[in-house]
Amino acid sequence: SPARELTQNPLQKTWEPYDNGLPAGHSAQRGVCMTNCPTLIVMVGLPARGKTYISKKLTRYLNWIGVPTKEFNVGQYRRDLVKKYKSFEFFLPDNEEGLKIRKQCALTALNDVRQYLSEENGHVAVFDATNTTRERRETIYKFGEENGYKTFFVESVCVDPEVIAANIVQVKLGSPDYVDCSNDEATEDFMKRIECYKNSYETLDETLDKDLSYIKIMDVGRSYLVNRVMDHIQSRIVYYLMNIHVTPRSIYLCRHGESELNLKGRIGGDPGLSVRGKEFAKSLAQFINEQNIKDLKVWTSQMKRTIQTAEALGVPYEQWKVLNEIDAGVCEEMTYEEIQENYPLEFALRDQDKYRYRYPKGESYEDLVQRLEPVIMELERQENVLVICHQAVMRCLLAYFLDKPAEQLPYLKCPLHTVLKLTPVAYG
Amino acid sequence: FFFFPPSRKRTKVDAERKKTFVLKMPMELTQSRIQKIWLPNDNRPALPRRSCGPQLANSPTVIVMVGLPARGKTYISKKLTRYLNWIGVPTKVFNVGEYRREAVKHYSSYDFFRPDNEEAMKVRRQCALAALRDVKLYLTEEAGQIAVFDATNTTRERRGMILNFAKENGFKVFFIESVCNDPTVVATNVMEVKLSSPDYRDCNSTDAMEDFMKRINCYQASYQPLDPDDYDRELSLIKVIDVGRRFLVNRVQDHIQSRIVYYLMNIHVQPRTIYLCRHGESEFNLKGKIGGDSGLSNRGKKFAVALNKFVEEQNLKDLKVWTSQLKRTIQTAEALQLPYEQWKALNEIDAGVCEEMTYEDIREQHPEEFALRDQDKYYYRYPSGESYQDLVQRLEPVIMELERQENVLVICHQAVMRCLLAYFLDKSADEMPYLKCPLHTVLKLTPVAYGCRVESISLNIEAVNTHRERPEEAKKGPNPLMRRNSVTPLASPEPTKKPRINSFEEHVAVSSALPGCVPQEVPTQLPGQ
Repeated sequence: SPARELTQNPLQKTWEPYDNGLPAGHSAQRGVCMTNCPTLIVMVGLPARGKTYISKKLTRYLNWIGVPTKEFNVGQYRRDLVKKYKSFEFFLPDNEEGLKIRKQCALTALNDVRQYLSEENGHVAVFDATNTTRERRETIYKFGEENGYKTFFVESVCVDPEVIAANIVQVKLGSPDYVDCSNDEATEDFMKRIECYKNSYETLDETLDKDLSYIKIMDVGRSYLVNRVMDHIQSRIVYYLMNIHVTPRSIYLCRHGESELNLKGRIGGDPGLSVRGKEFAKSLAQFINEQNIKDLKVWTSQMKRTIQTAEALGVPYEQWKVLNEIDAGVCEEMTYEEIQENYPLEFALRDQDKYRYRYPKGESYEDLVQRLEPVIMELERQENVLVICHQAVMRCLLAYFLDKPAEQLPYLKCPLHTVLKLTPVAYG
Repeated sequence: FFFFPPSRKRTKVDAERKKTFVLKMPMELTQSRIQKIWLPNDNRPALPRRSCGPQLANSPTVIVMVGLPARGKTYISKKLTRYLNWIGVPTKVFNVGEYRREAVKHYSSYDFFRPDNEEAMKVRRQCALAALRDVKLYLTEEAGQIAVFDATNTTRERRGMILNFAKENGFKVFFIESVCNDPTVVATNVMEVKLSSPDYRDCNSTDAMEDFMKRINCYQASYQPLDPDDYDRELSLIKVIDVGRRFLVNRVQDHIQSRIVYYLMNIHVQPRTIYLCRHGESEFNLKGKIGGDSGLSNRGKKFAVALNKFVEEQNLKDLKVWTSQLKRTIQTAEALQLPYEQWKALNEIDAGVCEEMTYEDIREQHPEEFALRDQDKYYYRYPSGESYQDLVQRLEPVIMELERQENVLVICHQAVMRCLLAYFLDKSADEMPYLKCPLHTVLKLTPVAYGCRVESISLNIEAVNTHRERPEEAKKGPNPLMRRNSVTPLASPEPTKKPRINSFEEHVAVSSALPGCVPQEVPTQLPGQ
């Protein structure tokens, strides 16, 4: 049979086969198929071990790289059902009423998981609960099997009392459960809550659980045990979990100083700084000095304007080509008026779907995210970093940190001569 | 100061050459001519500025392999070294067994390895020390970044000695232990790589196998596995259990260790085949134009049909097909009538302002660029475009996924295929841009022993030749960019060789020669190369 004709999708500029005038199947455009069947991630661990922290962070990362992910926090379901939390006694292992409610919440959450993965095009669901007994995990695993999901367990194990106390202060005291309590009362109650789980806690076992796919995180990332990674997405999840840390630090994002082309209203190119741009660079140096940051790393793109800006700081910096501004292809160095005049269709398409729109012979925001992923991974590894980049690039990075969806990403405000200081706090 | 407007439009470029008196003005930059990197004008001692991303490693690192014989230590050592060198981290393997073979010319039997053989123990210890001396030289004087110390290192005493050595020299240490108790795996390893070892040159297979198993036994009694829960809790290590079913990771210190762990967790040993080919001949190929996004010529379409037939004949289980996002590779894949995945990362090298020109056009309109490219084809970046070095960085996720996969056919482009091939065949940065990847030819790669067997299969459809040889004038003497990966003791002399390094071409230093190198045991040359 003759080869099918290819047409170029006007928005994304990808070549797709057409069969009798209709788009045909057969090719995936997003690089490697990240997930064939949906994946169910199951958190495991005593309270205050960072399960929700990991769930939310992982969900944010997966969504940013384009894998539709959602977390299902069973504690939230419990709060919706049992309007008022009284005390740790709810969690006593012999509290039959409590057990019934908690099991019901877990099942409701699993039902929502099923809806998300099987009916709403979700790819990954993160089931955030203690899941500390083998029996509970069996139930969940069977549920996964019945529905054709791959299951991957993430267990957080920590015995350091200081870490646990810090976690409680960070995220438990402010919980809706303790809205009417003093800090001391809340802490005391929560410690007793943890005790309720300890006797029945069955950690993932080398022998008994040898056929499961899981990662066991010990002591906030000092060491890891990884068992039977099945596919690409699990491998990426493991890599991500092994790179994140909880050491306090700040990330500074800003654009290069105003450039000569900015002044002319032209996009792209590789111009130098304008006079005002150079002044910004000097102000930035002063600002950084005043911040008194320990061991600050400075990153720039390989475009002249970010490097010139960094030069004013008088500290070592690293140039990353992947931090270069979005490539506007045939529209490079044009003004928006010129684009509208010379490429009216392109101009209109971009406004239609700014995230997926790819400039002819250029890039899209979607492409940018893919090329920036190693930057995000390294930012997770690092501590204090200043990233001097560009408008579209900064929007992508910001969207990752602030959990903004693709629709909002291309419209995030990243004005010139403004520094965004990001500090991790609680779950965000 | 050579001003080059980075425009992507198809207009003729005005090259305006200005000789500017360089003032010591802050924020004044010049763009390096080959790599197109912006550097400050003044003569400040170059702050450690890397052009390609994070400083991959600060202090040099010694990777210490741990494990009984036939557990895959050398396999891992060589593969990891190949990967690290390809991504631009100068790495070398130091295999203590090879030092031993130099010292003890003829291997008689497993008796050599008996724990009560004092004479032999002395020799073995000396070999380890000699290897460590070479490690030190490599890391401190030859710009090596990572040394892989490949030996059993099965006792705490030996590992303690290595840790002290590293501490004295300011090296980081990362342990890789391979633990495997599956007798089938061990037997397979012995057959794959031990029976053909120089040690067993004069033995038949049965005798060799028997001797080797007794050799393994010699180590068992004194084997102290790494214990990250207690004794070794402060060490940075990864324990690879049962050929990758399970991993234990402790105290990853830095970026490069994190990358090493990720790599080790993605590789596997399942037999499989990787097929690399280019798209069929394109309309632009016919016109001698580079880049662009043209469709297949008639001969190119014939190739696609021939490729379909070829793939069918290969009778493969579950073949994955990958293409770039350029029309010509997709058209080629369409003929296969199999699902395929499009990767933007597989797009051809971006020739920037030279896109869609012929080499004659380029020579005419950008004569200096044309000359620069021949001077240093690996590092050379097209204005507003890419270099081979950039390509390697963008192809790294492709390599990682290829390692995870089994049977894959990658339909790509000339420069891209050269980069991928260089990874599989362990070719240096200097050789990479000149590897022969003709149109209408499939390269079939099969992992074997410690390397990769390559078969070149021409599908016998005529096509233009797009290969440009390294020009005579550009051929230099001892090539500063070549690198080698493994060292044997100071026996055979070797010309000056240098690992591929990620630094500006202007500051490349040439170090003194270190004699002693063993060529790769597995033949990996393409015919006619």
